[in-house]
Amino acid sequence: MSGTQFIFLVTAGVTLAAAVMTVSARKMMHAALWLVLALTGVAVLFALLRSSFFAVVQVLVYIGAIAILIIFSVMLTRRVVQEQRPRVNRLWWVAALLALMLFTGLVATLASWNGLYPTGQAVAGHPEDIGALGLALVDPAGFVIPFEVASLLLLAALVGAVFIALERKGGMQ
Amino acid sequence: MLADWLYIGIFLIISLFLPSVALIVAGILGPKKPNPVKNSTYECGVETFGESLTQFKVQYYLYALVFLVFDVEAIFLYPWAVAYQVQTVFYVVEAIIFVLILLFALWYAWRKGALEWV
Amino acid sequence: MSFWVDPYRFLLEWLRNLLIGWGLPADWAQVVLFFVGAFALGTAALLLVVFLIWLERKVVGRIQDRLGPNRVGPWGIFQTIADIGKIFTKEFITPVGVDWLLYNLAPVLSVGAVLMLWAVIPLTMTLYGVNLNVAVLYIIAVGELGEMAVILAGWGSNNKYAVLAAFRAVAQLISYEVPLIVTLLLPVMFAGSMGLNDIVQAQSVWFIFLAPVTALIFFIVSIAEVGRAPFDLVEAESELVSGFNIEYSGLKFGFFFVADFLHAFTIALLFATLFLGGWRGPGAIQYPVLGFVYLMIKTSVVYFIVILLRASLPRFRIDQMMNLNWKLLTPLSMTMLVLTALLDKLLPSSPLFVRIVGMVVMNVLVLLILNQILKLVENRRPRPVVAPVVRPVARPPQISSVQNGSGTSS
Repeated sequence: MSGTQFIFLVTAGVTLAAAVMTVSARKMMHAALWLVLALTGVAVLFALLRSSFFAVVQVLVYIGAIAILIIFSVMLTRRVVQEQRPRVNRLWWVAALLALMLFTGLVATLASWNGLYPTGQAVAGHPEDIGALGLALVDPAGFVIPFEVASLLLLAALVGAVFIALERKGGMQ
Repeated sequence: MLADWLYIGIFLIISLFLPSVALIVAGILGPKKPNPVKNSTYECGVETFGESLTQFKVQYYLYALVFLVFDVEAIFLYPWAVAYQVQTVFYVVEAIIFVLILLFALWYAWRKGALEWV
Repeated sequence: MSFWVDPYRFLLEWLRNLLIGWGLPADWAQVVLFFVGAFALGTAALLLVVFLIWLERKVVGRIQDRLGPNRVGPWGIFQTIADIGKIFTKEFITPVGVDWLLYNLAPVLSVGAVLMLWAVIPLTMTLYGVNLNVAVLYIIAVGELGEMAVILAGWGSNNKYAVLAAFRAVAQLISYEVPLIVTLLLPVMFAGSMGLNDIVQAQSVWFIFLAPVTALIFFIVSIAEVGRAPFDLVEAESELVSGFNIEYSGLKFGFFFVADFLHAFTIALLFATLFLGGWRGPGAIQYPVLGFVYLMIKTSVVYFIVILLRASLPRFRIDQMMNLNWKLLTPLSMTMLVLTALLDKLLPSSPLFVRIVGMVVMNVLVLLILNQILKLVENRRPRPVVAPVVRPVARPPQISSVQNGSGTSS
């Protein structure tokens, strides 16, 4: 077993354990922090895949922004900060069995599916070359339309967020 | 490249290890005489009352949302910035349009009062 | 290669040969070297704090017409050593109801997040942890780990003031991250790389001359990210009885300040690296040791300004601080990004002189226009009248005018 494999196995284990803790933690704040650990694990996986850019983006967006957003919303919803009831009910084994069956079925289906392998347009150049990605983003022959649409999508997200949040507040002006 | 990240990982371990060791040493050296009054939660001039979690205003959430939008935006721009030297004016203008749409988003949030700390 | 030209490479090669000589495979020798290097760099950064605390107390003391520490050793230079002796023997008071793991993790993470920045900063041409190809984004990402530490401290302490302060602090930190991310785009743009050593090597002209306004925004925003005066609402003694670290004691409390001092120096280092040419200077390429000297001189100048600001400016109110960020720095930084990106392509790059002058002129114009806009806004803003304009004064004006005539001073 090489060093990379060892690091991968440890990271995968930690990520999965943290994900399980996220859904089973009693305090919502703990759940949010376990989620942070799980997302950090995903960032390490990106780094292991030699994709530095996405590793850092994972930390920036998911830990820096989304996790903080989740923690803020935990603070906004005070009533459900702590769950007292048991985390599993009598039928947990049925659910586990179903989940296992679904997982096996998915693996079996996906193993024979071609869509897993990249068929779309790929950015030319070395995978570590962020400049090539940047050039492709604004190249008219590349991804310039998705790039500009992403900006519009962000605008729409902001408009929607401001609308919903301010409506709850009782409306400004 | 993997070596770079290995170094970062090792640095992370070291930079958490050094303060932890210092804390453990300080814990061993310091006196340990807890008592209920000393260990009570701090409160201004009275006994502690109520929960520590007070309810927050929606303003925090709004700032976080606006931050999220601009965070994602900047991340789109970083690869573009790396490739800036080899681009023509036309490519730069496309990125500028991207920024201008986001500036419009900022203006909208401003006009709607989402940036006010009230 | 002799020792004095580049001590770092010299020691590195010596150690590598030693390890391989002991029969270690080259890969494992590299891992061991990584550990040694990370340990040395981390320890050096933490020991630097001992000096920084003394320096800052001394400088702030002089600014406020005091002597500062002057008892322990010459010029009080061993004062911090004495303080360390004290703080290590203090009791850890753990209040009831804290979340043990989070409460103890917070100070460690707070120091660790600042130390992590040192992994990517080039100290000389050859002495750097790693020239990561996404270093600029890494810096921002690590800053977010620091935010997590603040949340952990506030929430783990089980105290309402700590929670309030922590969330206010995080709202401040994430808000100021927006202009930080946008301003950092400019050095990346000029250098064509996100690696900090590449950025330094690209600075045949210091980037502060190409983007002075952006450099200024970066400076302001990074002070806010550290949470120093005038942006020190993170530790608001008057409103939130000290802030998120209220329930901490002994070294755990001290660690938040270690992180603060180290972070202040680190942003000065980052500013010098990104905008002042880092280790660049005459002879720095032939003799990498010189680069370290240049970098330290540049960093000291920036650090001194940071201390000076801390000692002379009052604290912002939170709404003022948020307005400054969202309504001035964010739009301004984005405007500067647009204008600089456009102008840099339009200007001829061959005579360097034209490029610099064009950029500086554009920046000065932007500042002038901004000044006019701010004046307009300031005049239009309704000011709440809290008291009549004519107020009783301690010394009526007619008496002072008589005294002026006699020439005596009171």
